[in-house]
Amino acid sequence: MTKEPNTFDGRRWHDMGGEAAGPVPTDQHDFSLWEKRVDALMILASSKGHFTVDGLRRVLEDMGPEAFETMTYYERWIASVNQNLIEAGVYSTAELAQRMSEVTKRGATYGEANR
Amino acid sequence: MPHDHHDHLSPSGHPYRADDDHPLTYWQQMEIAVRELLIEKGVTTAAEINAQIDAMDARNPANGAAVVARAWTDPAFREDLLKDASAATRDMGFDIGPMKLIALENTAEVHNVVVCTLCSCYPRNLLGLPPDWYKSRAYRSRTVKEPRKVLAEFGVDLPDATQVRVHDSTADMRYVVIPARPAGTDGWDADRLAALVTRDSMIGTGLAKTPDSA
Repeated sequence: MTKEPNTFDGRRWHDMGGEAAGPVPTDQHDFSLWEKRVDALMILASSKGHFTVDGLRRVLEDMGPEAFETMTYYERWIASVNQNLIEAGVYSTAELAQRMSEVTKRGATYGEANR
Repeated sequence: MPHDHHDHLSPSGHPYRADDDHPLTYWQQMEIAVRELLIEKGVTTAAEINAQIDAMDARNPANGAAVVARAWTDPAFREDLLKDASAATRDMGFDIGPMKLIALENTAEVHNVVVCTLCSCYPRNLLGLPPDWYKSRAYRSRTVKEPRKVLAEFGVDLPDATQVRVHDSTADMRYVVIPARPAGTDGWDADRLAALVTRDSMIGTGLAKTPDSA
């Protein structure tokens, strides 16, 4: 559904307080190692001054509601951490692309690809 | 062979976690690449990443339970905690980092509950990472509008006379609830009391356990 530009109600999608929604889900999962690593990379990169929690949130919010529904929490986080690090000049998109391509060649599972 | 669903529940009643050997996902691929680049560029080290994971794993609701139990048994500490929860928990030896923490005391008159409508801000440096439901659209959306209905879904039914206060967290300000001390615990020491303090009771979506249910 597309909104007319002049119907913006002053709230963006992530500003959810007060909206109607279904029952609170009770599902819980244990965090896997790769998710804990994403969390650690965020804390370390931000504590060293490469970006801030506001930068993390800016990218998460710009990803929009579709990403919120289709990606897991730490999938969204790594996407945002990566975007912030590229913007900060820590590495380039070319370096990332090359490394991701190398990673896929190592194996079919996370355990195999993580050297 | 019939598929008995209950075979797949752990003793705690949760489904067992699926084995983590599914095909490598795009985002896992990115995590490995980002981590390696950060190490190669000298931003961090593998040891530092492991230490950070260990530190986060060590944070759990038991830390908060110790804080609550002390507040129940040590009036001077309770006063310090309500005045400046960051300083009071740091003084207890918890590594809460730069987190600005505010303690909210539940009483017979007032019940506090915490949400982050905008994202998922949580007192993670004291209690560990938030439960999945805390980050859900349903909890974030509804808690500020119909808190009693949300609390009822968690099994918390409050008397009409109890005032419900909902606190919306921000990245710069996190809340921990000090649940009301259960009746029938007179004379209990802090260690014994801490076993009554649940994670949800420190978010406000639960009450402390009673002596007969503990």
